[in-house]
Amino acid sequence: MIDMTTKRLALFNFWIAFGSFALACVFGMYQVLERSGLLTFIQSPAVYFASVSTHGVLMAFVLTTFFIMGFGYYTATTSLNMPIWNPTLAWAGYGVCLTGVVLAAIPLLLGKASVLYTFYPPIQANAFFYIGATLLVVGSWFWTAIMIVMFGKWKKAHPGETVPLPMFATTANAYLWAWTSAGVALEAVFQLLPWSLGLKDTIDVGLARTLFAWTLHPIVYFWLIPAYIALYSYVPVAAGGKLFSDKLARVAFLLILVFGLPIGFHHLYMDPEQGTIAKFWHMVGTFAVSLPTLLTGFTVIASLELAGRKRGGKGLFGWIGALPWQNPMVLAAILSLLMLVLGGFGGIVNASYAMNAMIHNTAWVPGHFHLIFAGTVVTMYLALAYQLWPKLCGKKLFSNDLALTQLWTWFVGMAIMTTPWHVLGLLGQPRRISSVQYNSLLTLAWKPYELLMILGGLVLLGSAGLFVYILFKTQTEGASEAQTVEETPLQSEVAVSNWLNNFVPWNLLILGLMLLSYGWPILQFFVLKTYNPTAWGY
Amino acid sequence: MNPNSWISKTRSELGLFLQDMQIEHLEKNWLYLATAMIGFMVVILSIGAVFLHLNPPSHWETIDSASLHLGGEFAEDKLGVQPSKPSDVIIQVKLVAARYGFFPREIVVPADKKIQFRMASLDVLHGAHIPMTNMSTMILPGHISEVTTVFPKPGEYPLLCNEYCGMGHDHMWSKVTVLSQDDWAALKTGGKQP
Repeated sequence: MIDMTTKRLALFNFWIAFGSFALACVFGMYQVLERSGLLTFIQSPAVYFASVSTHGVLMAFVLTTFFIMGFGYYTATTSLNMPIWNPTLAWAGYGVCLTGVVLAAIPLLLGKASVLYTFYPPIQANAFFYIGATLLVVGSWFWTAIMIVMFGKWKKAHPGETVPLPMFATTANAYLWAWTSAGVALEAVFQLLPWSLGLKDTIDVGLARTLFAWTLHPIVYFWLIPAYIALYSYVPVAAGGKLFSDKLARVAFLLILVFGLPIGFHHLYMDPEQGTIAKFWHMVGTFAVSLPTLLTGFTVIASLELAGRKRGGKGLFGWIGALPWQNPMVLAAILSLLMLVLGGFGGIVNASYAMNAMIHNTAWVPGHFHLIFAGTVVTMYLALAYQLWPKLCGKKLFSNDLALTQLWTWFVGMAIMTTPWHVLGLLGQPRRISSVQYNSLLTLAWKPYELLMILGGLVLLGSAGLFVYILFKTQTEGASEAQTVEETPLQSEVAVSNWLNNFVPWNLLILGLMLLSYGWPILQFFVLKTYNPTAWGY
Repeated sequence: MNPNSWISKTRSELGLFLQDMQIEHLEKNWLYLATAMIGFMVVILSIGAVFLHLNPPSHWETIDSASLHLGGEFAEDKLGVQPSKPSDVIIQVKLVAARYGFFPREIVVPADKKIQFRMASLDVLHGAHIPMTNMSTMILPGHISEVTTVFPKPGEYPLLCNEYCGMGHDHMWSKVTVLSQDDWAALKTGGKQP
């Protein structure tokens, strides 16, 4: 079932998400142009760093949070077949998030918050930026509570039954987000807000970085889980087959939830304030969390193979050609998995402990996360939008061909843009410079790659524009489609034990792991002597 | 054992969990293979860490960034390549990272010798990286960063700041010249071998 409230909530959330996405792509285009040094009249560090900060906040915080909330509401009502619990609360959360975005956007666009989306102090932004970011997180907690309550209500009404996989994964994500956001929330409430409001003069930089690292890794799984839900629940059906293994999917989501959290120090490998043992322990966890992704790759590819063979594909690779490549969901899954393989390889290099020194904070890093996030994750968000828009608006998708063109161009653009970044990273180019000013022989080798990334940016901007155009046209001019009975995206038929049907033991396990991974690393700032700097402008 | 004790209960629950995990043959093989791959990588990194001492730079030592200029090891006259005897195994280099450069701006060090960098920030976050080498560390105000490396190849290297530190971040770099040990010794003695 899908009622009017859910449709409106989903659409309102999705439009903020995708509007921000399109705007952020414009900023991205400016950045590749500015950074290349091709057009001297647009060169400006002030505009560049304001742009980079806005691009990061819009893509990483606004697109993701609003998309995940909208998709969560949709998944909860359709897979549980029940209305949203407390819609007033859901709208209140939406309002708090939106207020936060507006409050943060003003200083960002005025260049008063050019501290990047990682806001590493002691460089200080306008207080409204931190207030806005905090409200965005607080508003998202309303969604978290609603998901957890709906999961509980359904289980109470269906004793002994298995929670459908999409909702199981969405609830896992709600718990993941509650744990994840606690780190940055602590940083904001106890450090950034009092300091930016002038209540405190100094800030413990090491502690701030540690708390941010707590959030910085699992947040990518918060973004990734909706993409995995699509891969597990929509892709096999769209390809004309079925999911290879429902149980393995549940295990994968639980592994992400448990191992995604206590591993943030791979962002701090090069930092002085954390010790060797803590870094080594987080490295082991970082490798462990690649297991659920390897399982996902296997299960999804196996499901695609089942579908391809069912459609008459023969031989070792014949099933690949037999897949319905004209289906946006299937095409997105294939392109997404391709980028996941390449980006995952780069991620293993990043995770490799001391080897991280070669590429830390170089252009390699944005190369990696553009492949994984803007590639794998966002591609699945786009495909989900094509899947859900007709259901939410009651209209036919404006053009399937344009949707396919859009997905292909997004893939090609991302490949053109991230390949030079990986090369530049290996050649040592820092990730956050606005132009190349070094008078050194080594840096001359960077030039051709700088030009190539402009081409990638152009293709991506065109693709993003096309995406918004298709959604807009579908909603306004699409042919009305008779409302079919909502097909639930794959009901669970398997009976699973209580272990795979509730989150209590897993939350306890996380609590233990978090104490082990972050206990002393945080406590040390309160026990040992630190000298905290005052605020700096930029 | 008492069947109602929590141990028995946990046991039977775990049994159910393992029963659940009776997954298909192919899946099982893949699970083993994936675990083995990950395990292999972790073992390689562990060998590097334990036997070859390949660890990322970690060093807890705090300092008041606001008073670096008033004295102590990061006072202006103490910076740069520290005096050493030919028998010294490690040569120490002290640098202050500040908007916008690593001071002193130019240093000369020998190849094939352990160089220990000790660095402190005067203001905000900085990152120090010499491209194509593993000399890399973050520099936090309030902390001393220490990283030791060996440069096998003589040449001129840029030392770049790789963390956003303000509007002049693009301009933050210094020059590191690596000389062969003989050339470096000659430089120190004005051309006469000791």
